[in-house]
Amino acid sequence: MQNYSITFCKYVKDPITETNISILATIDGVENLCVPLDPANRHYEEILKQVAEGTLTIEEAD
Amino acid sequence: MSTLTVGTISEKVTDAGVSVDGVTLKDGELGTSASPVAINSSSLNGGQFGGRRNIVINGAMQVAQRGTSVTSISTEGYKTVDRFKWTMDNTSAVFTHSQSTDVPTGEGFGNSFKVDVTTADTSLASGNQTRFEYRFEGQDVQQLAKGTSNAKKVTLSFWVKAYQTGTYVVNIHDTDNSRLIAKTYTVNSSATWEYKTITFDGDTTGTLNNDNNLSLVLHWYLGAGSDYTSGTLATSWESFTNANRAVGQTVDIATSTSNYWQITGIQMEVGEQATPFEHRSFGEELGLCQRYYFENVGKNFGGIAPETNRVLVDGLFPQRMRTSPTLTAFSNDGTTGKCSRSLDNSNITVTSFNGQSADGIHQILGTFVQNAGYYLGVKADAEL
Repeated sequence: MQNYSITFCKYVKDPITETNISILATIDGVENLCVPLDPANRHYEEILKQVAEGTLTIEEAD
Repeated sequence: MSTLTVGTISEKVTDAGVSVDGVTLKDGELGTSASPVAINSSSLNGGQFGGRRNIVINGAMQVAQRGTSVTSISTEGYKTVDRFKWTMDNTSAVFTHSQSTDVPTGEGFGNSFKVDVTTADTSLASGNQTRFEYRFEGQDVQQLAKGTSNAKKVTLSFWVKAYQTGTYVVNIHDTDNSRLIAKTYTVNSSATWEYKTITFDGDTTGTLNNDNNLSLVLHWYLGAGSDYTSGTLATSWESFTNANRAVGQTVDIATSTSNYWQITGIQMEVGEQATPFEHRSFGEELGLCQRYYFENVGKNFGGIAPETNRVLVDGLFPQRMRTSPTLTAFSNDGTTGKCSRSLDNSNITVTSFNGQSADGIHQILGTFVQNAGYYLGVKADAEL
């Protein structure tokens, strides 16, 4: 079981395609992490888990 | 039983050799080319049989891309030596991790991992667990034949040195099938390097997924509360139960700032025999580690902005990584979330990467000057 503290989490859009391409996150105090939308990535996996548990919300992109 | 004592036994017929219970000794060799014999031995010349036995990467603690020392550790994660993860739950203790040069004498090691306690926590909470971990991809442990009738035993060996004597617990956790096996080892003498070998049974239940995701975890317990010690130690494979994970663990590293724990020479191999440690070159271990983590801060990828909202970088990682990594940008002066403009070395915000993969980065997004050059370093994390 992972045990990350995620204090910021926001989608980033491709400025041309307008689709979500990654998540900008602060995890365990480390800022400016670009998390790919890849289920095999441990950070994305944890984000999805915390969202499913209702303890985390991903902000929409600007 | 009688004993025959002689100085020399010579062949009776020229070129016929000497036969001993069906084995021919001839011209200084065992057997003949026409009739080769099998040799069963746990050791040849006291050294290893041959290539690649150790399933663990960086077992000699040679590679520490993130740094050789990290202080004030109060959260879990990968801190110093590559591939090894730190976990701590429900403790207020604070630790320092380092890649140490204190090693067992005469064993050929140059480094060990060391954890020191810098702030103690003398109250062991029921939910406390402090662990050192190694995580395996499923495709790298298929050789264990787990979940088949031919499941293999594995032997874990390592050198350990600790301030606290007593009983420690090691787990293997199958995360694909939620199964567990646990064994103990004893540190007999304080502040003394000791060699430990532990053999785990094969598990005929639960096949491991043949993919790039997490399947097995090795856990070295350094402290465990009653949530993990109140059952019966899982000395045979069984369904995962927290209470059976660390029964018998007498040591809690967090209790004093005098405490420390060191380890090196970690080897896990198929079979019941711990063979001598398989030393690998630094370059080889670095390449294996870079499948999971890579950084080039201060060395830099570079590219040109074809438009004002992106820079084409196309920087390849030195190894194909396990999966698309979490990326952090760094400017030339080491500022996180920034890149550097080549014209004046000013720091420019990177809002995201775009089009990255396990092979490398492709674009960075932000606000740039069209046709200007930019460069950046990255930290790429594809750990399990």
